[in-house]
Amino acid sequence: MTDTMATLPDLVPPPVELPERVAALRSEVRAFLAEERAAGAWRPRADTWLSGWDERFTKELARRGWLGMTIPTEYGGHGRGALDRYVVTEELLAAGAPVAAHWVADRQIGPSLMRFGTEEQRQKFLPGIAAGEVYFGIGMSEPDSGSDLASVRSKADRVDGGWELTGTKVWTSGAHHAHAFFALVRTSPKDDTNRHAGLSQLIVDLKAPGVTIRPIPLLTGAHHFNEVVFDRVFIPDSMVLGEIGQGWHQVTSELAFERSGPERYLSTFPLVVALLGEIAGSDLDAGRRRDLGGLVSRYWTLRRMSLAIAGALEAGKAPELAAAVVKDLGTRFENEVIDAARLLVSIPPDRGAAEGGYARLLADAVLHAPGFTLRGGTNEILRGIVARGLGLR
Amino acid sequence: MSAELREMAESVFGDAWDNSTDAFDAELWKTVEQTGLARLTLPEEAGGSGGTVSDAAAVLTAAGQFAARVPLVETDLLAAWLLHAAGLEVPSGPLSATVAGNLSIQPAAGGAGADVSGTLRRVPWGRAVGAVAVLAGEQVLLIDTTGAGVEEGANLAEEPRDDLVLNELTVRHVADVPSVALVEFPLRAALGRALLLAGAARGAVAMAVRYATERVQFGRPIAKLQAIQQSLALAGAEVAAAAAATEAAAREVDKHGFAEASFAIAAAKARAGEAAGQVARITHQVHGAIGFTREHDLRLVTTRLWAWRDEDGSEAYWNDRVGARALEAGADGLWPLLTGTP
Repeated sequence: MTDTMATLPDLVPPPVELPERVAALRSEVRAFLAEERAAGAWRPRADTWLSGWDERFTKELARRGWLGMTIPTEYGGHGRGALDRYVVTEELLAAGAPVAAHWVADRQIGPSLMRFGTEEQRQKFLPGIAAGEVYFGIGMSEPDSGSDLASVRSKADRVDGGWELTGTKVWTSGAHHAHAFFALVRTSPKDDTNRHAGLSQLIVDLKAPGVTIRPIPLLTGAHHFNEVVFDRVFIPDSMVLGEIGQGWHQVTSELAFERSGPERYLSTFPLVVALLGEIAGSDLDAGRRRDLGGLVSRYWTLRRMSLAIAGALEAGKAPELAAAVVKDLGTRFENEVIDAARLLVSIPPDRGAAEGGYARLLADAVLHAPGFTLRGGTNEILRGIVARGLGLR
Repeated sequence: MSAELREMAESVFGDAWDNSTDAFDAELWKTVEQTGLARLTLPEEAGGSGGTVSDAAAVLTAAGQFAARVPLVETDLLAAWLLHAAGLEVPSGPLSATVAGNLSIQPAAGGAGADVSGTLRRVPWGRAVGAVAVLAGEQVLLIDTTGAGVEEGANLAEEPRDDLVLNELTVRHVADVPSVALVEFPLRAALGRALLLAGAARGAVAMAVRYATERVQFGRPIAKLQAIQQSLALAGAEVAAAAAATEAAAREVDKHGFAEASFAIAAAKARAGEAAGQVARITHQVHGAIGFTREHDLRLVTTRLWAWRDEDGSEAYWNDRVGARALEAGADGLWPLLTGTP
């Protein structure tokens, strides 16, 4: 190759094949979901990992060994691989099952505790997470810190035996039900020459004295988001996650788990399933058949990309760049699905329509859609990460 | 295996990069013959390298990335396969292949073979190859191009797409082939083209990224501008999507064969075609006016993106197939269709 040739790094690892062992697992999950559906236990929802809080369902999953799958058995988990967990989560999301209660704990809290937690913290939380009994929120954003996470102002002051926490976190999904979250806070004053220094993660008991939780209703009017205010909340030293001052590094690692899953392209999949139910048997003209095919081709491609990330996680890597690429593509696609669906059938969105039906799914999808490309890092931030991966910055 | 192969192929095709001509690259062809890339997936007993379709994916992606002016898809994935499937010997040298619409095929007057008349439309590299494997119904004909009239044509990348006029041409090598070949031919062509597209998309973004780091405006490289970074990140994601789809489709073929991988191939060609348009648009925008001149190398990959997305089935063609499969699967069958697990 001549030295004038430009080359490009691989942004996403090569596709992986699912091992044989997960085929049986997939069948078990499908059989369980079919049973639940037949019993009318729940109806499929859009964006179920935000909206579908159902502790009974979460405990049923736990009973079958489908929570804390990658947590070692000595902490109550199941010591299985990332690809096993992947198969379970993609089946649950595709079915629109109510997974919100355990979602954050299972996705990112478990792995973070395994990576940074003390033995005491692991013993305290992991068995409850795997049992579907302990729920977590996310304590990153603040009223004045969204994309610029390093600017957080919640601060913890050193006191005897621990830290005293004051500040406010926002957009905390499920904080009104959850037991705890990891708060990213400032433990030493801001240093303008190193903005990422002086940050730490504290494990905050959301029922502790001094913690006030207020609802922030979404566009639908539903209560999922919260504002969490700390007024001199005492955090014992034993509830410091990882190391004081290493919060930025830790939260970056946590975000790799937060950003990398199939929920980043499947939030509106139940809408497409309902759409197919509406058009089944009808004679779709060629133009609309193509539009439907366009969605399906892109779903198929995104799934292969998403699987490639799960393969990297299984191999013990932290695929931050690949996760940014797929989350950007996937969350834009979740929105495109809504537009395509609306134009394929003429059924207007209806918040009052029966749960599980197309009109209701469409209404919820439209009203939840702005969040798809914001949560877990806006697409503009993600593309900044991709640009860095390309060598542009 | 594929990683080393990819590295080797990138080196071979990278060395042949040349903006001064669009003609068949005879030197490069010699190299691909010598290295065994020319008949990569043909079984060893038939004179090939016995590689997998995933191996071919690595090679074709590199060929697309560096705009290689050789008929690799046509020779290996199409002609060599078709001739071998029909029990015919695979000749040496570059080959092309096509499906004939309405040829007149009569038993040869003087014994074995057939007398063939008609026109083969837009045969890839027709003027440059010694022979063309033609699939006509359930028959395969090996046509020696020296006996054909050539009416030159080209695609947007100026790759030859020639009409070959046959006038009572006596063809000695004729054989029957199982009817599944008619199903498999367009799938092979589509996957080969999709892999080339994925490579060309990669090449275009690689050039745009480098250009952005070198081009200075407003006193700094334009790579430092967020507008440029955001655009190129979108293009990079398209490259990744095209690569993921096409590599995955190649693996499906290795596992289940072409006919069983038709859904994956359809989705991959459609997705790669979609990426092609977006990547060409963004990489030209980043290059500014120079990129849209003939003197600049960018055209070598972007004209191929525009040409190849419409060859062997556009997004519309393949998405229609995918849409039909989804309708057939219905609400309960869509997810099993996507996961390949009933």
